[in-house]
Amino acid sequence: MSFHSINWFRFASPASFFPVAAKLARWFAVLAVPLAAAGLWLGLVVAPTDAQQGDAYRIIFIHVPAAWMSMFIYLVMAAWCAVSLTLNARLSAMMAQALAPTGALFTVIALWTGALWGKPAWGTYWAWDARMTSELILLFLYLGYMALRHAIDDVRRADRASAVLALVGAVNVPIIYFSVQWWNTLHQGATVSLTAAPKMASIMLIALMLMTFAAWFYAIAVAMVRVRAIILERERRTSWAGTLAGAAR
Amino acid sequence: MSEAAEQPAIERSAWPGVAWAVRRDLRLALRSKAELGVQLLFYAVIVTLFPLGVGADPALLRALGPGVLWVAALLASLLSLPRLFAADFADGTLEQIALSPYPLPALISGKILAHWLTTGVPLVVLSPLLALQFGLDSSELVALAAGLLLGTPTLSLLGAIGAALTLGLRAGGALLALLVLPLYVPILIFGAGTVEAMRAGLGAGGELSVLGAALLAAAIGAPLASAAAVRIALD
Repeated sequence: MSFHSINWFRFASPASFFPVAAKLARWFAVLAVPLAAAGLWLGLVVAPTDAQQGDAYRIIFIHVPAAWMSMFIYLVMAAWCAVSLTLNARLSAMMAQALAPTGALFTVIALWTGALWGKPAWGTYWAWDARMTSELILLFLYLGYMALRHAIDDVRRADRASAVLALVGAVNVPIIYFSVQWWNTLHQGATVSLTAAPKMASIMLIALMLMTFAAWFYAIAVAMVRVRAIILERERRTSWAGTLAGAAR
Repeated sequence: MSEAAEQPAIERSAWPGVAWAVRRDLRLALRSKAELGVQLLFYAVIVTLFPLGVGADPALLRALGPGVLWVAALLASLLSLPRLFAADFADGTLEQIALSPYPLPALISGKILAHWLTTGVPLVVLSPLLALQFGLDSSELVALAAGLLLGTPTLSLLGAIGAALTLGLRAGGALLALLVLPLYVPILIFGAGTVEAMRAGLGAGGELSVLGAALLAAAIGAPLASAAAVRIALD
């Protein structure tokens, strides 16, 4: 089957996406678990102790993937919001809704692990540094998005209003990403970049990459599980959902 | 497409729409002067609370002053946001405004401008007087007022998006704060930074330029986003 012979818009319908989401959730979960196990083993056991920071540095194997995912998920969420506003597609709005809690979770993990690492490395849990402050604002943006959704009873209005908010808030993501270059405050610059040679041992880099993909695939799997719940909740009055519920009973 | 075809082929430019909305909202605001006075009083009272709370040490107050004045400006702006659309939404005027042949973003720009003229400008005018209580010297007073002059319209513009998104919602006030205050943070940082830069001998040019750039970007983007949000609320 060639690429063009599949009607991709078929999957814009919640009913036809529902079983696909189940498969995607299963496969990405199956991929995420060994990746996380390998990444944690490499990062916590195999990787050498850092000459300056001792073993405290090992928290980057959680911190950096979580921080990347917190920004990346926001951008993906904003992109789904843009699609849902322009094409008025229900499933896109459901995808954005499904991504928000995972994004907020990764933001909390990034802030939390950063604080735990900051105490031995910088001597403080928290500083009002540009990157931390903007990451905290990102958390507020996620929470604002979810709060606005919850406050609106009409689902379609909630989709569109929260989409406008997500798009306005997307301005913050490049500010977080470039904050360490624009403001020379406490948080150090990026250690890993696509354009320059990595500034860390290759074993650490491999562990970091494994953890990043594990976090990514976990996010996809969880979002798929959540989007299935959202689809069922919203489409509960349709005949296909009724048939499904009848078959399950 | 059919809607566009049905409309008469009159090209309505945006500026008369802006001017009409400014005139209307200014007239309405000036007919309830007491309400405007209360907003200004709120600003003054918030600022006054800080010396009472943290103690009257002159060095401490001088260090806190710019930040306190800016935080109070943010809160005063937040408090005044429901004025923008809520009354018009409640009595159906907003629906008529959205139906008018003028572009909705232009009418909303006018409403935002009137909102800033009635809530932002008095605050800018009052701020040097309040800053004197915190022992700021004359060059710092000028930097603070200039920062507020460039920053408060951005607050009105960004706040309009939140005000439009929360129209007619339960728990609108607290939700509005959660939506709008994170967007205000960059303005707060650079606004309070103007005075810090003056004190460090760097001059306030850099911070004021960032505030000006934020104002220009918000002046273009915020009316469009607010218009979209108003249409969503009216659906």
